[in-house]
Amino acid sequence: MGLALLVIIWLITFFSTYFFIAKTWWLPHGVAAAAPWIDHQFTLTYVIMGIVFVAAQGALGYLVWKYRDDGSKRAVDYSHGNTTLELLWTTLTAILFIGLNLMGSHVWASERFEPAHADAVPVEVTGMQFAWYFRYPGPDGTFAKTEPKLMDPSAGNEAALGLDTSDPSAKDDVVTGTMYLPVNREVALTLRSVDVIHSFFVPSFRFKQDAVPGLAIHMHFTPTEIGDYEIACAELCGLGHYKMHGMVHVVSQDDFDKWLATREAEKQ
Amino acid sequence: MSALHWKFMATFSPTIPVKIPEAGHGRGGEQPPIIGGGGDSGRSDGSPNYGQRLRRARLGLAVALAPIFMFFISIVSAYIMRQGLLTVDDRSSTGYIRDWIPVQLPLALLLVNSALLAASSITAEMARRQVTRQAALAPLRSIPGVSLGAERSFPWLAVTVTLGTGFLIGQWMAWQELANRGFYVATSASSSFVYLLTAAHGIHLAGGVIVLLYAAIVSLLNKPVEARRIVVDVTAWYWHFMFALWIGIFAFLWFMK
Amino acid sequence: MVAQDAHAHAAPQGFIRKYVFSLDHKVIGVQYYFLALVAVFVGMALSLLMRVHMIWPTAVLPIFGEIKPETYLQLLTMHGTIMVFFVLTTAPQSGFGNYFLPIQIGAPDMAFPVLNMLSFWTTFVAFIVMLSAFFAVGGAPLHGWTGYAPLSALTNSGPGEQLGADLWITSIAIFCIASLMGALNFITTILDLRAKGMTMMRMPLTCWAWFITAILGLLAFGVLLSAGILLLLDRNVGTSFYVPLVVVNGQVMAHKGGSPLLWQHLFWFFGHPEVYIAILPGMGVASQILSTFSRKPIFGYKAMVYAIMAIGILGFVVWGHHMFMSGMSPYSAFAFSIMTMAIGVPSAIKTFNWLGTLYKGKIRFQSPMLYAIGFVSLFVSGGLSGPFLAQPVLDIPLHDTAFVVGHFHLIMGVAAIFGMFAGTAYWFPKMFGRMMNESLGRIHFVMTLIGTYCIFMPMHYLGMAGQPRRYSQFTEVAYLHKLMPLNTFITYAAIVTIAAQFIFVINLFWSMFKGPKASDNPWEATTLEWTTATPPPHDNFGGHTPVVYHGPYEYSVPGAPKDYIMQTDPAGVTAH
Repeated sequence: MGLALLVIIWLITFFSTYFFIAKTWWLPHGVAAAAPWIDHQFTLTYVIMGIVFVAAQGALGYLVWKYRDDGSKRAVDYSHGNTTLELLWTTLTAILFIGLNLMGSHVWASERFEPAHADAVPVEVTGMQFAWYFRYPGPDGTFAKTEPKLMDPSAGNEAALGLDTSDPSAKDDVVTGTMYLPVNREVALTLRSVDVIHSFFVPSFRFKQDAVPGLAIHMHFTPTEIGDYEIACAELCGLGHYKMHGMVHVVSQDDFDKWLATREAEKQ
Repeated sequence: MSALHWKFMATFSPTIPVKIPEAGHGRGGEQPPIIGGGGDSGRSDGSPNYGQRLRRARLGLAVALAPIFMFFISIVSAYIMRQGLLTVDDRSSTGYIRDWIPVQLPLALLLVNSALLAASSITAEMARRQVTRQAALAPLRSIPGVSLGAERSFPWLAVTVTLGTGFLIGQWMAWQELANRGFYVATSASSSFVYLLTAAHGIHLAGGVIVLLYAAIVSLLNKPVEARRIVVDVTAWYWHFMFALWIGIFAFLWFMK
Repeated sequence: MVAQDAHAHAAPQGFIRKYVFSLDHKVIGVQYYFLALVAVFVGMALSLLMRVHMIWPTAVLPIFGEIKPETYLQLLTMHGTIMVFFVLTTAPQSGFGNYFLPIQIGAPDMAFPVLNMLSFWTTFVAFIVMLSAFFAVGGAPLHGWTGYAPLSALTNSGPGEQLGADLWITSIAIFCIASLMGALNFITTILDLRAKGMTMMRMPLTCWAWFITAILGLLAFGVLLSAGILLLLDRNVGTSFYVPLVVVNGQVMAHKGGSPLLWQHLFWFFGHPEVYIAILPGMGVASQILSTFSRKPIFGYKAMVYAIMAIGILGFVVWGHHMFMSGMSPYSAFAFSIMTMAIGVPSAIKTFNWLGTLYKGKIRFQSPMLYAIGFVSLFVSGGLSGPFLAQPVLDIPLHDTAFVVGHFHLIMGVAAIFGMFAGTAYWFPKMFGRMMNESLGRIHFVMTLIGTYCIFMPMHYLGMAGQPRRYSQFTEVAYLHKLMPLNTFITYAAIVTIAAQFIFVINLFWSMFKGPKASDNPWEATTLEWTTATPPPHDNFGGHTPVVYHGPYEYSVPGAPKDYIMQTDPAGVTAH
């Protein structure tokens, strides 16, 4: 049974590790400025944890086989432990874990503690059961007020957000169900929700943030590659949670300006 | 025993220190007497150890106070978090609203209630001491020919129950006064918390009242005074805690509105 | 035996007093165990339906018909809640703890037997109320076991959010009260009822685990109770603790100004200690078994005790790591993150010490030991994904994905359940007087160990690829399509693994009646439960109180005649 255990534990370890190393399933290709940093920290953590994983499972398999009771008269090591060893590995684990943590903290800080650049594209993202709406403030640069009483989800876009048309800045506000972003320009995101908690998750941007009713959460990130990327809701929001998805189209600055102008024209 | 111990130590390994257990190294190390079996039978035994039962009940109470305290602490934390909270509302000029309305507490009434509870805490302590004394004298009384004279038996327990009930009625009146001033449970988060904290405290205190009533009935049923002593003693300590808790809640609601 | 007969009159007569409303901690322990057994099969059946729906969303099943997306979420909610409360909290702590804590410390019963009975029957009521949510109008709630407000605080946010959600939260509130009574009893028992010579540092590690778990429960469940009451008020009285101004499907709700994050703070203040409530007893059982079956003292007994304490203390200051993406202050994420990394240290110490215990031992591979080894392996695997999730920056891609599901199922789900398997196999002879079947135990162990790895290891890959959790089907989001083969594999693995659990149940019931008779100490273990008769008499030790002379793990002491010294052995030798 000792040998069987060794084989089972080692095989489990081998297969688990193989699919990590082979990257058969891995993080999607990162297309935001922070992605390389996050991926680097991920890989670092994964290498360290992978080594510990293989070492610990390997040792477990080896020890149960090596020290099985094979009926021999071999003496058992009568020991209650070793304080030096205990202190040694306590210190090592503490340094390893906490050091790892500190190394990744600057990415967290840069996205959250510092405000967005002045020339960032302002976009307001609103989640509601079960759709995402994206609002662009238009040339005047201000988001108009919304009025809860006017919200009509079945009408979509401006009406779904309850855009208060008596507010003069509402005229040039563009609301869409698909997100357009210019490439290589920072996006200043305002996340809101009108009903329950949703989570704005774009795997390719390495971006996720809950949209919480009652809060307006400000975040910023920079997409770096032109393409179409999927948004998924990552916080359980009700029966349509699985289909609450959307698209982000990252386009060139020219295409973005053209798209926005077309939308403005449609509104008039 | 100790010769055996040394023989063992000499013959075998010095690495296992075999301490011969002695009574009295911490209360937990003491040996509970066997009283006829497991849980079912403890009470059927003729001579239960009341001192040990009292100690165990007090320990149990001390442990039970921890979650009660945590319960109120968590509500108080929620209160503080909720009080300072700004939420998004486009209809306001800043885009944010703070909907906290300070509750106008009926101060005079609550002070009277506090005084009632303070008095009841004192009478509960008198009841506790009275029953302790009775329990101490109980063995003497059973000796034939020993007279302890006429016993002073002021009904401290009944007074405590009355005062406690008075406090609960007073709290009910305070609720009515709040409603008269326009503060209902769902009027504002502040009023929700006031009702919640006072109700939670009231329910805990009502539990104490019921136990004291039980103790009073037990005293009529000719049960051993030692059994009654445990009930009264533990409830008195619980009562003091409820008094302190009320003062804490009252001060918190008054100064943090 | 004479002494036992002399006290036999004390044992209760009649079926009801003996087996139903019994005050005997052993009967109550068994009642808890079987309650958890029923609950785990309910929870497992729900998970099977979920896995089937994920792969074949339009399949029409016998009896259940077609599972709709909202039904899937209801299954998910009830699976999580039943598993966490009525299995992981109930069996290892209340089940085994009730049965063996008094015996292991040499006490005749719990400190407050009536309270003990009440706490079981309150748990039972909570379970019935929980199950009744299935039959409420609109069905069970769909807000997940974490019940995030406002989804859980509004009655019109989805199917099941009417009466079903009220029953759900009421059941949890009742469960809180039951757990508080249980925790109170455990703590008082350990502090006040230890036998002569049973100092705290001579207690088996199982008792330490139950003790610290009880303290965690004592401090955590009161907070969950208050959170639940606030939720009930928001749902039924119209208060606004958790709900700000919201518009549900075009309808403006009457609430204003509440904080959805308040629920998360209160819930996770309970919820994180709850994780340790589930796993600590398993750690205790694994330590006990690894030492016994390696015939070697546990490596670093004191370090193990301090590690349990450290986990208990740190467990209360890490709740914010569930909320990195919640909109909580990003500065506090740093503090929670460091604390979370710090809690990995005592967990690592325990793993090192388990390996140290095996080192140079003489390992016997009976089924309790197999499950304990499985526990260590799963604990390592589940634990090592922790440092990913504990870093806020890595939590950005991983939070609320299948990676998290794989992580916590390995460590607090399956590892804790392996602790229960180990405890069952180890203590079965003492509880029922018969031995379990070894061959069935081995087959079940191998199938379950491989099966659970096949289910939960791939979830880590799915999570890295960005598959969010709690998705009822993967048809709508395009990048999930290419993950279908892996999801299908998991479902097949789950079907096989669930089927394997029937081997365990057959073994359990068959052995209960037909297994070979067990001796008083079949594993040649040292702790007090093995000094008494099998099954133990009503007062546990047949009229005398044990006196303790040794620590709990004196195996292979050089020069001793046998390779173990009972805790009650005055000298370790037969004296003349």
